[in-house]
Amino acid sequence: MDRNGPTYIVLFAVAVCLVCSLFVSTAAVALKERQEINKELDQQLKVLNVTGIIKEGEAAERTAIVEKFKAHVTPRIIDLAQGAAVDTDPATVNVRKALSDPALRTKLDRNSAQVPYAPKLAKVYEIDLDGDKRMDLLVLPIFGKGLWSTLWGFLAVERDGNTIKGITYYEHGETPGLGGEVDNARWKGLWPGRKVYDAQGEVAIAVKKGQAGTVADDPHHVDGLSGATITSQGVTHMLELWLGPKGYGPYLKTLQKGGAS
Amino acid sequence: MSTKSREVLLDPLLNNNPIALQVLGICSALAVTTKLETSVVMSLAVIAVTALSNVSISVIRNFIPPSIRIIVQLTIIASLVIVTDQVLKAFLFDISKQLSVFVGLIITNCIVMGRAEAYAMANPPVASFIDGIGNGLGYSLVLIFVGFFRELFGSGKLFGMEVLPLVTEGGWYNPNGLLVLAPGAFFLIGVFIWINRVIKPAQVDAS
Repeated sequence: MDRNGPTYIVLFAVAVCLVCSLFVSTAAVALKERQEINKELDQQLKVLNVTGIIKEGEAAERTAIVEKFKAHVTPRIIDLAQGAAVDTDPATVNVRKALSDPALRTKLDRNSAQVPYAPKLAKVYEIDLDGDKRMDLLVLPIFGKGLWSTLWGFLAVERDGNTIKGITYYEHGETPGLGGEVDNARWKGLWPGRKVYDAQGEVAIAVKKGQAGTVADDPHHVDGLSGATITSQGVTHMLELWLGPKGYGPYLKTLQKGGAS
Repeated sequence: MSTKSREVLLDPLLNNNPIALQVLGICSALAVTTKLETSVVMSLAVIAVTALSNVSISVIRNFIPPSIRIIVQLTIIASLVIVTDQVLKAFLFDISKQLSVFVGLIITNCIVMGRAEAYAMANPPVASFIDGIGNGLGYSLVLIFVGFFRELFGSGKLFGMEVLPLVTEGGWYNPNGLLVLAPGAFFLIGVFIWINRVIKPAQVDAS
């Protein structure tokens, strides 16, 4: 057959495409399960990191993560607008998917965190540290724009719905060494003990430019990341959004009023 | 190993380095080299893709219609890259998160297609395989060189282990912020090319 003839070219192209697509789809299907497990495990590890159950950077076995997550963590679905827990099965809620589904999201007004939509149902994690079946900590997923990328992370607050226990980001594309220092363990160590709300109940926590005082003197501020003003502001803005009335604010307020549930 | 295969394997390291002499594949060399760990994984990914694409293209080189050869090469390379990405996501999840889009961008790495077009289209599979490994190694050599200096002087670490204690961590070393940014890699690649051409004056451009 003529190698330059159109019939040969078309047949050859079809054959190459068939073989390649078979190869790609086989690999994708075969590895899918493992990848899903990895993602799930990574999230669980971050939840355990932000609450200090597993120290950040500490090597953790697969089984240890699963076991500790099971023992200490209860996912709970809350309706953001009503600020109340609902009875939906946590396994059926995927917040990132909900963000691209008009039925499952609410449009937000323009905000400085540059988050266009909030999910109607959000997934939070209740943490029981000592096994007495009472919630000790609450882990809230947060996200918002930094300089280059959207930062996705978790904020852990204590039972009073006001005192911060920790913050961590599990996904971002900020410059390593500058904005990427949101991963810096020392910086994250500045957060525990700071307060989210001021006396009027407004979100007051902010990353400020330069150095903040000690937890006792300056409970609403955290040191800025040097060389990363915009990432620092991004962190402030996303906290403002997610802890405010459009985010977990109403839920945290009921927690504060109702005391320990 | 015959002298010829050794030449094919080792030539791209210093004599005909794809980055230093042919100046191919610069973009990813800037993007993934802030840490040694990501540099090494990226290197392995590129070696795997270059070698395998060279073999597959070489096997069917006599059947590829000349008029669509480039697109056929790209299809094969793209498939290999997607599979590499999937494998990394399944087995090296943490690192694949850090490499993010750059694994996918191996598709556009000129080294891979350059070798397919220049070597695999005209040589038998075994030689093409060795050529792919060799060029992948040449790329790796530069990546690891750059990654080593960027991580050491940019963040005081090697493979994530603290080597030079940073001022911010209570040590004495004030990290060089330039090195964690892309221009730092430019300078390092420049230095690499410089050293390479001092040792091998034949590589200096005639002008």
